[in-house]
Amino acid sequence: MAEAYTRRSALQHFGLTAAAAKSDVAGAEIVIGESAHRAIVNIRGNSSDAAFIAAVKSVTGVDLPVKPNTTAQSGAFRVLWLGPAEWWVVTTGGTEEKLVADLRQAFAGQHAAVVDVSESRTVITISGASARDVLARGCSLDLHPRAFGPGQCAQTGLTKANILLDQTDATPSFDIYVLKSFGDYLWQWFWLIGRDYKFAIKAQ
Amino acid sequence: MSAQKNRVATGGRIDRSKPIRFTFDGKTYYGYEGDSLASALLANGVTLVGRSFKYHRPRGIISAGPEEPNALIEVGTGARREPNTRAPQIELYDGLVTASQNRWPSLDFDLGAVNSVMSRFLPSGFYYKTFKWPKDGWLFYEKFIRRMAGLGTGSQETDPDRYDKLYAHCDVMVVGAGPAGLAAALAAGRAGARVVLVDEQSELGGSLLSERERTIDGKPAAEWVATASAELASMPEVRVLTRTTAFAYLDANMLSCVERLTDHIGPSATGPRQRLWRIRAKEVILAAGSIERPLVYSDNDRPGCMLASAARTYVNRYGATPGQRVVIMTNNDTAYQTALDLTAAGVSVAAIVDLRANPTGALAQAARAKGIEIIENSAIIHVKGTKQVREVDVQSLTSDGKGVTGSVRHLYCDTVLSSGGWQPTVHLHSQTRAKVVWDDGIQAFVPGPIMPGQNNRSVGSARGAFGLNEALNEGHNAGAEAAAKFGFSNVTGNAPSAEAEPESQPLRSLWIVPSNVPVGQGGKHFVDYQNDVTAADVQLAHREGYVSVEHLKRYTTMGMATDQGKTSNVNALAIMAGLKNVSIPEVGTTTFRPPYTPVTFGVFAGSDKGDFLDPIRKTPIHQWHAEHGAPFECVGQWHRAWYYPKAGEDMHAAVNREVKATRDSVGIVDASTLGKIDIQGPDAAWFLNMVYTNAWTKLEPGKCRYGFMCGEDGMVFDDGVTSRISENHFHMTTTTGGAPRVMSWLEEWHQCEWPDKKVYFTSVTEQWAVFALNGPNSRKVLEKVVADIDLSEEAFPFMTWRDCTVAGVKARIYRISFTGELSYEVNIPPSYALHVWRALMTAGEEFSITPYGTEALHVLRAEKGFVIVGQETDGTMTPQDLGFEWIIGKAKPDFIGRRSHLRSDTKRPDRKHLVGLLTENPNDVLAEGAQVVEHVKDKPPMTMIGHVTSSYYSPNAGRSIAMAVIKNGRNRMGQTVYLPYEGKVIAAKISKPTFLEDGAPANG
Amino acid sequence: MLLISCPHCGPRDEHEFAYGHEAHIARPTLDQQNTMSDAEWADYLFMRKNPKGVHFERWVHARGCRQWFNVARHTVTHEIIKVYPMGEPAPKLEQK
Repeated sequence: MAEAYTRRSALQHFGLTAAAAKSDVAGAEIVIGESAHRAIVNIRGNSSDAAFIAAVKSVTGVDLPVKPNTTAQSGAFRVLWLGPAEWWVVTTGGTEEKLVADLRQAFAGQHAAVVDVSESRTVITISGASARDVLARGCSLDLHPRAFGPGQCAQTGLTKANILLDQTDATPSFDIYVLKSFGDYLWQWFWLIGRDYKFAIKAQ
Repeated sequence: MSAQKNRVATGGRIDRSKPIRFTFDGKTYYGYEGDSLASALLANGVTLVGRSFKYHRPRGIISAGPEEPNALIEVGTGARREPNTRAPQIELYDGLVTASQNRWPSLDFDLGAVNSVMSRFLPSGFYYKTFKWPKDGWLFYEKFIRRMAGLGTGSQETDPDRYDKLYAHCDVMVVGAGPAGLAAALAAGRAGARVVLVDEQSELGGSLLSERERTIDGKPAAEWVATASAELASMPEVRVLTRTTAFAYLDANMLSCVERLTDHIGPSATGPRQRLWRIRAKEVILAAGSIERPLVYSDNDRPGCMLASAARTYVNRYGATPGQRVVIMTNNDTAYQTALDLTAAGVSVAAIVDLRANPTGALAQAARAKGIEIIENSAIIHVKGTKQVREVDVQSLTSDGKGVTGSVRHLYCDTVLSSGGWQPTVHLHSQTRAKVVWDDGIQAFVPGPIMPGQNNRSVGSARGAFGLNEALNEGHNAGAEAAAKFGFSNVTGNAPSAEAEPESQPLRSLWIVPSNVPVGQGGKHFVDYQNDVTAADVQLAHREGYVSVEHLKRYTTMGMATDQGKTSNVNALAIMAGLKNVSIPEVGTTTFRPPYTPVTFGVFAGSDKGDFLDPIRKTPIHQWHAEHGAPFECVGQWHRAWYYPKAGEDMHAAVNREVKATRDSVGIVDASTLGKIDIQGPDAAWFLNMVYTNAWTKLEPGKCRYGFMCGEDGMVFDDGVTSRISENHFHMTTTTGGAPRVMSWLEEWHQCEWPDKKVYFTSVTEQWAVFALNGPNSRKVLEKVVADIDLSEEAFPFMTWRDCTVAGVKARIYRISFTGELSYEVNIPPSYALHVWRALMTAGEEFSITPYGTEALHVLRAEKGFVIVGQETDGTMTPQDLGFEWIIGKAKPDFIGRRSHLRSDTKRPDRKHLVGLLTENPNDVLAEGAQVVEHVKDKPPMTMIGHVTSSYYSPNAGRSIAMAVIKNGRNRMGQTVYLPYEGKVIAAKISKPTFLEDGAPANG
Repeated sequence: MLLISCPHCGPRDEHEFAYGHEAHIARPTLDQQNTMSDAEWADYLFMRKNPKGVHFERWVHARGCRQWFNVARHTVTHEIIKVYPMGEPAPKLEQK
């Protein structure tokens, strides 16, 4: 691989590091940031096949979340439900090649598929007391704690971009996975909506 | 400060210690905090506030709510000027600028009022009848009529305000915060349900804000409202929205509401002006109250004529009296309360004219006890005064109520109040397409059965239960039941209760209050104030055969415009029913549609404007393109670099340079937007055989193949190159614009038609950035940055792919070409895209590597006759039409579109074919879309045989080139055809659609 | 705006979905294709029901799990009467 300095995140050109240095995270109603370069591997398979579930567990340690729109975590591996036969395995960036290879090996002999999609998405994180209010400006999901909470994820729309929304804690904090081509649009949308809130930028 | 002559000394919900200055038609007035524009104008004795739509009659304030048909006001100045705002709904703020509408040169002296004198020549349907002939007459008349007609004028400038919009969810939504709505919200909120309560007014309470004497739970009504409001505010799961109108009841209990955040503050406010709430409720409680109907009497539109309940609101809530001396006409008991309240405020009530004989209800008796004269079984037959009521004439009714008899009494007054009964506000119920049904007892439409899936219930006066205790009880029960449906059954507290209703008598419906001259002669009986529709107009419509209410509405315009007939619909229906001698429901009802009251366009847009109107998708090196001066071309949502002008270059020069440099040496283009789909599974090849027209089984791993996809109708749908990665693994590319469509196409066929096939599709469009090197020197450039594979023709031939590293970055290179030149499509991870692009640019320096944009890309491919799906095709072209007979897999038993290629129409030899066009003058560049004819005539119509699909100047051919689809084109080679457009005729010769000498497509 | 219950994700707003077309139009088998007339093939291609009442139609949860499913929807009331998986025959419903 090329030297690390040659690698750029999707939102790097907004000068996030400098903005984060000037941000008052403690006093903010919402904190947003980019969590770039995650390893994201799309897996497909039959969740009623014990061998498939076992294979996922053998590589990630995670019990495959078969309930729609849920996530499961084990160590560095987080598995997100995308569809009845589709999941993402998300883990530390840089390990995607090994993860793809390990999963392919574990799935040998099954009708399953493994596709690295790490490079296609970036993650915008949003956290804070007003995070739900901000998301409600563009997302039609009911994110009230009675309806949605940590452990749940959903593919949906946020303003006019398609996203995968993953609630990571009860603060609340959310990871928003978005295609990189929509990154500028969505980031600028957060700035637009965020002007009515005290908001801060968080360094990665 | 000028005296407010119609302001009572004490009482009401205004703050007399906080005067507020405002202007109306340029004149300065003062009101108080808590005033509406209407109440402040009344307090100042201003009763003439507008001119009517058609006759330009002087008009005053009719109502105290959203139903206002007359007092439509222009608010604000400059870019913020907003027309047609209802005076009772405008809250005063310091510096508020308002103006009357529909008058010229002034409200007091209006030239348009000549229409009133001419009114016998302006009957219903006048415009339809007069201006429909001669045939094109309307086009001539329209501009004059438009100038005379119409209400206010909006600003022509860009709206300087911003708007917010959001989604919300709740268990129970309550519309209206009167007694029923408050009781409902309290019950549901106490049970723990998630509740949203909306009300259009500035504070909660609804009709209770206009009460003088009523008590609830032993407290004065206003005090009870304050307690209830405080309790609701303390509940964390209850959201209370004031100044918020639920204007649309959409599918599945979604209500659109507009919250007015700063309209009561004015231009000095910060933050969004209004907010659109899209609230998805599980259950909706409609507690929107009811609207009083005016009586239809002669000249009932004179300034000073008002609804009885409105006068009550003005005096009780705002401490403003509509006038000094009042005559009230009523057909029911409620107007007596107005008389009592006005009397208490010191206003002289000259008489109550009751259409009924022998009124003995409790309120009537109370009025009598106060010494108010009651003239029973009588009617106001004339209203005198033009810009202000001066006097009314009263006469006894005949026994059938259709005429008057006896001596005429003259009563001096400046105000005439009328009450014709109450119509529940059924608008939101009706917007769900649920029916309303006629209730004979209250002579009004009430909500009928709800629509399936629209879980709502109407309570209180919104369903025709007009008593205060009924409203409180129904509201409480509805709130408790709705909450219990969602598991919140622990309701604490009982329904609030009020003292018993005063005993009342039934109303008497006289839909037209008779005069001593026939309707239509003498005065005007207005039914619809806003549209100037009179009882005589309804009679005319009936005489001319308009039998249904929908006809009536369109013929007379009754019920249209900003008030949507809130005060007029029932009266009009009832008059029509009387004329037809049928019951009111037999005439029908009008269907209410959103919005309940007008909504500003800006709030629908919210922040979705400018760059946020549609997402802009950017490639990983978008910044580089921008920094190098490239304008962008929109391709779907993508912004692609169009061309890279150097200093002094226009687009033409830049594109010519890019095109020549690519053919002569090497060019590079950012093709990252290309759609890419990863296909895996043992049935992957089988699936490709079905979706492409050609065969895929024998394609070896490491190799690439071009294919057309057709719809089942046989027409080209997308194209692209697909490569075999391994036995059960393919990488498909699609057009930029077609990528999402192809992805869902594959999924649909797999999931719906062939679910047993073992294959998975995953979009990887953005997993790879793609830079295509094109031109004779492209290999030399690449060799400088690729060390780990042999790039020679023998080792890495055309239509194959290889994994390697490019400038240290893991890459996959496809040897495919869209220029006909030696070409390498370099696929790399987007996070390294800028690094690799710069490395390629540096490596290419010695070959004068030239970045090119989409325009040069188009010219380069057209020179070689490559088609673009969506440009050469339009959903009516088969691969055969495009000259791709060879790409149809003859040996394949089946593929999508195959059977359609066998239809007689698709087999016709003279279909439109893709051909080239060479203009006689090589410098003429045809317009894309220009129509092709064989024989030119002086003017259209001419027989068109096709059209230009692509057209460019080709620097390599040294002339213009064009592609066209022309009927029977392949059999017309060499024929001269003509393209007449924009006042000229260009002659062109039909050629093959390839324009360079070695013009075989798909090689390189 | 409709509220559609995705068989997997549950109720979501209409804007997350894409309408496909009328459900239960079987693609003719190869044998049928090869023996049917052009008119019969055109009927398969182009002719669709447009009932005032219950319509059986195919939707996809485009912005969600990307799964196709069938919907019985009333074209007048917009009521979604039933959501059922691909491959399942049209339910027998009382006409409303």
